[in-house]
Amino acid sequence: MSSAATILACLLIPLAGTIAIMLAARVGDNLRETATLVTAGALAWTVWSLLPEVMAGERPHLYLFEIVPGLDVAFTVEPLGMLFAALASSLWIVNSIYSIGYMRGNKESKQTRFYVFFALSLAATIGIAFAANLFTLFLFYEALTLLTYPLVSHKGDEKTLRSARVYLGILMTTSIGLLLPAIIWTYWVAGSGEFTPGGILADHLQGPALGLLLALFVFGIGKAAVMPVHRWLPAAMVAPTPVSALLHAVAVVKAGVFSVTKIIVYIFGVDHLFDTPSSGWLLYAAAFTIIVASLVALRQQNLKRLLAYSTIAQLSYVIMAAAILKPLAEIGASVHMVAHAFGKITLFFAAGAIYTASKKTEVFQLAGIGRRMPWTMTAFTIGALSMIGVPPTGGFVSKWFILAGAFQADNYVAIFTIIVSTALNAAYFLPIVYLAWFGREVEGAGPEHGEAPLASVIALTITAALTILFFVFNGPVIELESQIFGAPS
Amino acid sequence: MSALQAHMPALQVIVPMLSAPLVLLLKERRLCWAATTLTSLCSFAIAVALCMGVLAGGESYYLMGSWPDPYGIELGVDAFSVLLLLVVNGASTLVLMGAFGSLNQDIEGHRQPLFYSAWLLAVAGLNGILVTADAFNIFVFMEISALASYVLVSAGPNRRALPAVFKYLIMGTIGATFYLIGIGLIYLMTGTLNLADMEIRIHLVADQKPILVAAGFITIGLALKAAVFPLHVWLPNAYTYAPNMVTVFLAACATKVSLYILLRFDFFVFQPNLAGHDLQFAYFLMPLSLLAVLVASTVAMFEPNLKRMLAWSSVAQIGYITLGASLVSLAGITAGLLHMFNHALAKAALFLALACLGMSVRHLRLENIAGIARQMPWTMAAFVLAGLSLIGVPGTAGFISKWYLISAVFESGPWGVALAGVIVISSLMAVVYIWRVVEVAYFGSLETGSTTGATIAEAPLPLLLATWTAVALNFYFGFAASLPVELSTRAARILLGHIP
Amino acid sequence: MALLELYHYWAFAVLLMIGFYAVIAKLNLIKKLIGLSLFQAAVFLLYISMGKVEGGTAPIFMDGVDEQLYSNPLPQVLILTAIVVGISTLALGLGIVVRIKEEYGSIEENEIQEIDQR
Repeated sequence: MSSAATILACLLIPLAGTIAIMLAARVGDNLRETATLVTAGALAWTVWSLLPEVMAGERPHLYLFEIVPGLDVAFTVEPLGMLFAALASSLWIVNSIYSIGYMRGNKESKQTRFYVFFALSLAATIGIAFAANLFTLFLFYEALTLLTYPLVSHKGDEKTLRSARVYLGILMTTSIGLLLPAIIWTYWVAGSGEFTPGGILADHLQGPALGLLLALFVFGIGKAAVMPVHRWLPAAMVAPTPVSALLHAVAVVKAGVFSVTKIIVYIFGVDHLFDTPSSGWLLYAAAFTIIVASLVALRQQNLKRLLAYSTIAQLSYVIMAAAILKPLAEIGASVHMVAHAFGKITLFFAAGAIYTASKKTEVFQLAGIGRRMPWTMTAFTIGALSMIGVPPTGGFVSKWFILAGAFQADNYVAIFTIIVSTALNAAYFLPIVYLAWFGREVEGAGPEHGEAPLASVIALTITAALTILFFVFNGPVIELESQIFGAPS
Repeated sequence: MSALQAHMPALQVIVPMLSAPLVLLLKERRLCWAATTLTSLCSFAIAVALCMGVLAGGESYYLMGSWPDPYGIELGVDAFSVLLLLVVNGASTLVLMGAFGSLNQDIEGHRQPLFYSAWLLAVAGLNGILVTADAFNIFVFMEISALASYVLVSAGPNRRALPAVFKYLIMGTIGATFYLIGIGLIYLMTGTLNLADMEIRIHLVADQKPILVAAGFITIGLALKAAVFPLHVWLPNAYTYAPNMVTVFLAACATKVSLYILLRFDFFVFQPNLAGHDLQFAYFLMPLSLLAVLVASTVAMFEPNLKRMLAWSSVAQIGYITLGASLVSLAGITAGLLHMFNHALAKAALFLALACLGMSVRHLRLENIAGIARQMPWTMAAFVLAGLSLIGVPGTAGFISKWYLISAVFESGPWGVALAGVIVISSLMAVVYIWRVVEVAYFGSLETGSTTGATIAEAPLPLLLATWTAVALNFYFGFAASLPVELSTRAARILLGHIP
Repeated sequence: MALLELYHYWAFAVLLMIGFYAVIAKLNLIKKLIGLSLFQAAVFLLYISMGKVEGGTAPIFMDGVDEQLYSNPLPQVLILTAIVVGISTLALGLGIVVRIKEEYGSIEENEIQEIDQR
């Protein structure tokens, strides 16, 4: 199969999967979930099959069609997108296994709709990952917003709908209100929106206008959840946990920071931005988000909301790393995307498993739960350690790179932020871990329960294992990303 | 075949016009419907043929009765007319194909032949406006189509259609008469009614006051017919109480054709000759367009009646079109014309979806469609997708025009950013009023809805097919936009080509 | 005096305004339609009067008559069409008024509005 056909297959497999899921649902639930798993497996396999080429330095390209002169739908696989696509598609397999346990365990309604929109969301995610220009990126970005709406509003009661309204409202407002003008502005000054190594704006836009355009992009990409456009993420927590796990810890939010990184690297150009003082605000905005989101997380009682605020902070790590504008930090940004994905999906899986087994959602209820659910809480502990950045977890690797990049740039704001936020992360994760293992369970506080359904436990064990493995086997990722940013020195 | 090709501009009017009385002779309802649809299809085929001609070689002219111009009546078809010919005949055909069931419900059997006849007359009138190059002829065709549309609207099942149509008639006649005064004054000064001839001769008397007065009368009169804010008051009720299928047709075509005359007249006759007219035009139209966009969208956000909500949205969308035109630049006019085409697609699809809902729900109010997506999944899915086009989500036709419009306002100078802001804000308002419906239809509970016990089922297949065709076209022209873009760019060039 | 020489324009303007006023200010729908007709008739007068050439005669070609000054026939032809249009509009308008009377039992605009708001 030619590489262009492979890219097309990556987009079509989830779409074909939705049809298969719908048809299979008429036969029975088991077949439907088999269809989901097969689709996820096929997608991951196809995405991974692109990796050798990209590793070899090639850039597979697929040109679909021209909408009007200057506006194309086209795809190019470059290292950042490759990494993101591989990450999302692989975790979809694990997530599908987990979903089976969760959705059945909680007897959720409308499961077919759930699986269908999940597959469609993945198609949109792959489209974002491989987009070759700003227009294609925007196309799939908006599609992802709309396709995740039915997942967020899944429950359909009044409270859920209100949250879903916030979700859609913020993401649509920012994307139409800021991102679209930014994209049109870019096309207007640069004449194109192709993602080009080294950027396309260097010859066209300088000075304060560049800082303004950057602001339009960063806040326009609401999915990156830089404060003050972060409110949608806690709101999205009303969704079933598998949605929070894959979409709001990996696919959607990573699509946000991925887009910001990609735009910084391929539209603005790292060097051009570094030479423009007016773009310096981004670092401070990210640092502010990290600190404030961590402080807010410190005060959360609801476990999923706590994880959401933790995600907001972690996303801004990626933004901050990208805003340091040094090769090592850029690599740190992409490594952190992976490390955080493994860690956070594990945490969400654990939160969902706890809910499935015991219906507990608040932090204080977790006292002593480690003895009832040892697998789940072990995974949770590993995820939490990765968030803090303790070896031997993936979180340590990315922090190492970001710190190294910050030293390279003599960027003391970034260094200070990382140190403070590490302390804050420890301050809100470690008490939970301590409570779960060593706390005393309140007598008669809830029903007797054991571990979550097997499928869920398998899934969270896998991701926890990945979190640890990534500490050791991160070479390929770094090698891949070094292609764009130059070898780490 | 080539002999026939030469007569296409005339046939475009004659075919529907001659079929109109013939339809009356067919008493059987289904036969009437079939004949009307077939005629409309023929008319659409002629429009397509004309379009291909324009794309291949440029404009085609036709002298009625072979009288030489400027004495005889000249027909002229260029990119601008073709763009709207496609919209008018395409919309009419698509709507008719799905209309039988819905019209059967709204209109008593023995009146249906009359109704179909009026429909064809409306099409003939609109086509006539688009093909003729004679100012007085435009007036006559304008009145033919207007009279026919009054009849169509008054067929609405609710008695409130009657006061609405009366208002429509008064306003429409005033607008047309203003136009008549305007061309009278011009004829007085120049002695010609042929648009091309007028452009040349008016140059000699451009500094005379009657010309200025004529410009005023014509602009106001046509703005009234085109429902340019704040002359839109007739529109919301007329659209709301018309039979559902008539609303689809009118929303897609009627006001746009009036805008067509407005732009054509202004750019052919006045812009090249009157000193400073371009600025007057822009300063007059731009604030009104912005107000239209903002005010009408705001009203739409709070309107519980679904048809009226979309009617207000139409007022806002007309604001987009005039905003593009008021930039008086190639990019701006292209964007405006493109939006004529794309908005027709989006609004037709939305009103068609409402017509589907109307098959089961008598009063199309927000509270009556709670949870209806369960019974009518296809209809509501079509509504959501068409709504996305109205909002301007990428991948839909609506996005293309928004892209062009925002690019055009960026180009227009330092104020461009503010204009872009208005466009963006009103897009967000569109999100609000579309999503209000989506939420109620998908997540509302059936118990609260007063469905009066009637069984709610999916709309009849032909209507659904028409709706989904419209939806598919929204996406087709969102991805392959070259045809409308090509036509609008050419049309904008033609309009601007007359300005020195 | 120059103003009075163009007296037919004055007639046009005054008639137009009377008609326009009636359309806007009268609440009775029939009176509105009368105003509308007056409004249109004024425009017809504008057209017809402008076709008149001083000293000109009817534009009929005959053998043995040449070098004759004719009035412009075109405005008359145009207005013939416009009159037809005007009549049709009036007829349709009256038809709608009849239907309104049947449905609402009134042809006063404010009363109809009241009934609708109930």
